[in-house]
Amino acid sequence: MHLRIIALVIKELQMLLGDAAGRRLLIMPVVLQLLLFPAAATLEVKNNTLAVFDQDGGKATAELIQRFSQAQAFERILVIHGSDELKSVIDEQRALLAIVIPEDFSRRIAQGANPRVQAILDGRRSNSGQIALGYINQILNQYQREMMAGMEWVQSEPVTVRHWFNSNLKYHWFVLPSLVATITTASTLIVTSLSLSREREQGTFDQLLVSPLTPGLIMVGKAIPAMLVGTVQGTIILLAGIFVYGIPFQGSLVLLYGSMFFYLLSLVGFGLFISSICSTQQQAFLGVFCFMMPAVLLSGFSAPIENMPTWMQWITWGDPLRHFIVIVKGVFLKDMGLNQVAWHVLPLLVIASVTLTAANLSFRRRLG
Amino acid sequence: MPQSFSQRRFLALCRKETLQIVRDPSSLLISVILPLVMLVIFGYGLNLDANRIRVGLVLEDQGDEAREFASELVGSRYFTVVSGPRLEMTQALANGKVRGVLVLASDFGRRTLLHPGEAPIQILTDGAEPNTASFVENYVEGAWKVWQQHRANQRGLPMPTSMDVEARFWFNPSAKSRNYLIPGSITIIMTVIGALLTSLVVAREWERGTMEALLATPMTRAEFLLSKILPYYGLGILSLLVCVAAAIFILGVPFRGSVGALLLVGTVFLLSSLGMGLLLSTLTRNQFNAAQAALNAAFMPAMMLSGFIYEIRSMPLIVQAVSRLIPARYFVTSMQTLFQAGDVWPVLVLDLFYLSIAAIYFLGMTWRKTARSLD
Amino acid sequence: MGTDPTPSTIRTDPVVEIRQLQKLFKKTAKPAIETLTMVIRPGKVTGLVGPDGAGKTTLLRLLAGLLHPTSGTVRVMGLDPITDAEKVRSIIGYMPQKFGLYEDLTVLENLELYAALRNVVGERRESDFSRLLAFTDLKTFTERRAGKLSGGMKQKLGLACTLLGTPQILLLDEASVGVDPISRRELWRMVQVLVDGGLAVVWSTAYLDEAELCAEVLLLHEGRLLFDGPPSQLTDRVKGRCRLIRDISGSRRQVLSRVLRCGSVMDGVVQGRNVRILLKKGSEEADLSQVDLGASARIDVGAARFEDGFIDILGGGPGGDSVLAEHIPRVPHAAEVVIEARALTKRFGDFTAADHIDFSVHGGEIFGLLGPNGAGKSTTFKMMCGLLVPTSGIATVMGIDLKRSASEARQRIGYMAQKFSLYGSLTVRQNLLFFAGIYGLQGDRKREAIDQMIRVFAFEPLVNVIADTLPLGFKQRLALACAVMHEPPILFLDEPTSGVDPITRREFWTHINGVVEKGVTVMVTTHFMDEAEYCDRIGLVYRGKLIAAGTPDELKEKAARPGLEDPTMEDAFIELVQGYSA
Repeated sequence: MHLRIIALVIKELQMLLGDAAGRRLLIMPVVLQLLLFPAAATLEVKNNTLAVFDQDGGKATAELIQRFSQAQAFERILVIHGSDELKSVIDEQRALLAIVIPEDFSRRIAQGANPRVQAILDGRRSNSGQIALGYINQILNQYQREMMAGMEWVQSEPVTVRHWFNSNLKYHWFVLPSLVATITTASTLIVTSLSLSREREQGTFDQLLVSPLTPGLIMVGKAIPAMLVGTVQGTIILLAGIFVYGIPFQGSLVLLYGSMFFYLLSLVGFGLFISSICSTQQQAFLGVFCFMMPAVLLSGFSAPIENMPTWMQWITWGDPLRHFIVIVKGVFLKDMGLNQVAWHVLPLLVIASVTLTAANLSFRRRLG
Repeated sequence: MPQSFSQRRFLALCRKETLQIVRDPSSLLISVILPLVMLVIFGYGLNLDANRIRVGLVLEDQGDEAREFASELVGSRYFTVVSGPRLEMTQALANGKVRGVLVLASDFGRRTLLHPGEAPIQILTDGAEPNTASFVENYVEGAWKVWQQHRANQRGLPMPTSMDVEARFWFNPSAKSRNYLIPGSITIIMTVIGALLTSLVVAREWERGTMEALLATPMTRAEFLLSKILPYYGLGILSLLVCVAAAIFILGVPFRGSVGALLLVGTVFLLSSLGMGLLLSTLTRNQFNAAQAALNAAFMPAMMLSGFIYEIRSMPLIVQAVSRLIPARYFVTSMQTLFQAGDVWPVLVLDLFYLSIAAIYFLGMTWRKTARSLD
Repeated sequence: MGTDPTPSTIRTDPVVEIRQLQKLFKKTAKPAIETLTMVIRPGKVTGLVGPDGAGKTTLLRLLAGLLHPTSGTVRVMGLDPITDAEKVRSIIGYMPQKFGLYEDLTVLENLELYAALRNVVGERRESDFSRLLAFTDLKTFTERRAGKLSGGMKQKLGLACTLLGTPQILLLDEASVGVDPISRRELWRMVQVLVDGGLAVVWSTAYLDEAELCAEVLLLHEGRLLFDGPPSQLTDRVKGRCRLIRDISGSRRQVLSRVLRCGSVMDGVVQGRNVRILLKKGSEEADLSQVDLGASARIDVGAARFEDGFIDILGGGPGGDSVLAEHIPRVPHAAEVVIEARALTKRFGDFTAADHIDFSVHGGEIFGLLGPNGAGKSTTFKMMCGLLVPTSGIATVMGIDLKRSASEARQRIGYMAQKFSLYGSLTVRQNLLFFAGIYGLQGDRKREAIDQMIRVFAFEPLVNVIADTLPLGFKQRLALACAVMHEPPILFLDEPTSGVDPITRREFWTHINGVVEKGVTVMVTTHFMDEAEYCDRIGLVYRGKLIAAGTPDELKEKAARPGLEDPTMEDAFIELVQGYSA
């Protein structure tokens, strides 16, 4: 029987890679996402515009503004002169945030009193605003410390911080390992479910059913090529992460690929299940989309799972992406051990067996 | 080929298209159910506001000072604190069970008393989650500062001065991420829906062989294309309104703009996204490829490059340039403005301008590529 | 079916004039149409025939203004179909091969759409509707979705949509493909009525008996016009060269292949109990006595048909030897029952698609399943090969229920479906490799089997061609190759020749006859009545029931009645079906 499966697998790969359009659809998303994502997916704030409404106008504030302009976050300082202008600058999004320096600023500094500064943030971009505000705070504190140097009560750096696994908190260290999981999802699902519904649409499925292949073997024959595609794509991203983006790979390749197998298996389970309940490619496509989008959003890639309401956190347990992202990041950045990996592979196994069984049942029911 | 536009033919084609929409359950699925489901997922699943982050506490000093500071953190609404010995906690950090560990070493109390300015606290974070890591860092630093001042106050010690920044979030005073993520999500949803709806319609005519029969009638290109746009525009506006209503009434996001402005911007945006779907459909003549291309061209770029989550200004210049080509980028700012700030026309007019260019480009290209013969 | 050619009272100025027309497609080197000059006159049906890829569809599309001519001129009522598109399109009615009905719209809604597109409004619309609905007999189905109509009804609705606004020229591209004989006759009758009203009709068809009824025939071959004139003129070319071999005692298939080996025979077919042959030009006096026809056989002179002329002008049939059959090992068990249906029933909801069907097929036999569109023959066929589970009753192949059986049983059948279910994006070799693989061929055996198929079907120059781009005839050959490569003792063929030209169909049947002689059992469905003649026995399915079964001649006898003493297979089909409904 294994020869017959090999024949199925070879045919599937020939169909996938045989025409230029098919190859493009497999490669282009990987390349584009590899190029764009690490560059685009960052929550740092850079090159933005800061508006400053300096009501004081003294030497001290000039110095302060100078410091703002040196920060990487702010490429441009927009000096404004009145509250009307302040309003329009924020309303029209000409600046991410505005700093209002009150007229008593210099005086209070000189008196050693606590100067007050007001920051106006754009609520439409409050996340970036908050991050930028953090930078402003640091600059102000630094400035203040220097102004007060020589005074009696000097504050040193209060806390020592060490960021494990990614000491400079580089965002793409976080993005790339996650991409190993997200990018492979799309192709694996599409290859599994669409190839099956295409056979159904084009009548070749009947041809398979009258052959000595059993439905189980046909499913295996569909699963293997999809998993191969997923593995190759995953490897490309892994290599790009290590060699192009220079992210140190800490863990064990055996563990990574071992768990990738179960991850892809659970995806294939979903793909086969979707195609077993769809009769056209269009339906299968919609099905894949309806599964994939929530799966990516709820995987912890775009926003931490901890922030979700409890009922939604429960739903994420059924999302294979959620578990695999933990594994890739863990193995890639943290050298996660077998013990830990096993705990995350377990849910993948459960998902795979549930979906594969469901696919098998509904497959047989339709044939019957 | 001078041909005259016939209203009768146009209406008949529109009627046909509408009947097909009404009778195909998948169009209802795409235009109403899918947006609602997506909105719920975006609304609840995509939350950047830190909330119950699990943090480990290593309390090696059992003195009053350490306990007092620790209780400050335990009481925080942002943290769920677990405590244990250092080894256990660092293990938990490595396993992702906690996102940060706060160590108060055995000499915490002594050193706080002797040199209140020196650093007796150590924070370890999980750098694999950079966002959470920096939040933990900032929060603990802030808490430490507050606690120090508080202590100084209590004991009448000279209070270390610090510059107060009084932050005010306009439009969104409590800085809820949902308030700006939801309008952005609606953009993503509408981009996908618009492109998905029309990416199938021309390809379907080719695949089912109806195109050849249509071409053999006196029907003109304008009649054909307009009949493909108008019904789907109606459907698109319907799903936009469904989304906005759900955002306001179910998710409780305030809407401060006017319905007129929403419809105006929504119309121009829909024309661009329907236009993109039509163009792909016209070029590929194959439902499967068209849908796949539409999804690739609509969903991912809108998600990544529209400024909906990630700040466009922080991206490399070349990526910023690419983002200029994405209609969703302009609709995101419009929607965020309409929801939170109201009808700020300088923003809306600029967005409308770019969106119109995109709509004209996509529809114009579709016009040019629409076959009038089978050659 | 016989309607006399048009009365000469109608004006006969040409409505279409084509001069020096040439059409080249970018992708192919050979022109699809090469320097064609011809006219089409109103008031009669002009038949358009020719093998696959002759350029029939291209020509019709050029007339409809859907393709730009590479050079030369096309004039429709004096207008250029490209520059005067709007005017020309309101004069012509064009019905493409796959007519664009909107399946999710009702019959009436489809009509309304095309009425508006053709600017048919007001009272004229109402009168057109009632006329066409009566004409097509669709009055009672106006609220039914087009997708739910049978194949024949769809074609009629397509024709009705095309006829809206009373066009003056009607272009019909294979309107009768895949349609059962009864609907085919109805379509033809409808077109005759139109022609009598002065319309010009161009009717492209793969059925040569239809072409024979046309007033004028254009025979295209590789883009060139081989013949232009009344069909009788082509038939006259072969006058006196047709023979019927009657009273054959042994196997008529063996007789056929022996006669075809004879140098003076150009073409031959099995016709029920008899074998019908066409002699080469100049061999009218040929002596067939040295061919072993069996003891009792006698030879009569037969009437020439248009099909004979067609074969003659294209240089003859494919010959009687099947290289494929030579390579197939003899299947031992003859005369046992190998396929059997007992009280086979299938219900979809409250609709009974197959109702207590019984039949059995013996080893080495060709069993044909015939019936009108939607009568239940596909359902029955699918149950037999295990693609559908019967609601009740039993379907067995070699005593085994394929649906529940292990895969070894399925190893012993070959299956070929009407759409030639090949993998369109794979090459010829890749398809062969795949089917060899899933049937478990390996090593030398696999290599030999594939090489053999390549040799037998002359695939050498095409091994690396993508299957989708093959001409239809080659697709069909490839599908057959894939179905027989593992040398199955039983073949299931579901409309294996749909849309294929007469010469390719002959070649196909030569192979089938050959393998059957080796003991292979064949179960086949078809809409071509001349193919039904090849069958040893036929089961006629109608309204889910097996309404008649027997040899082709038995069925013909059953259908004979005063006024129809010697029915053709098609007559028999129609008589039996209509007799049952009455």
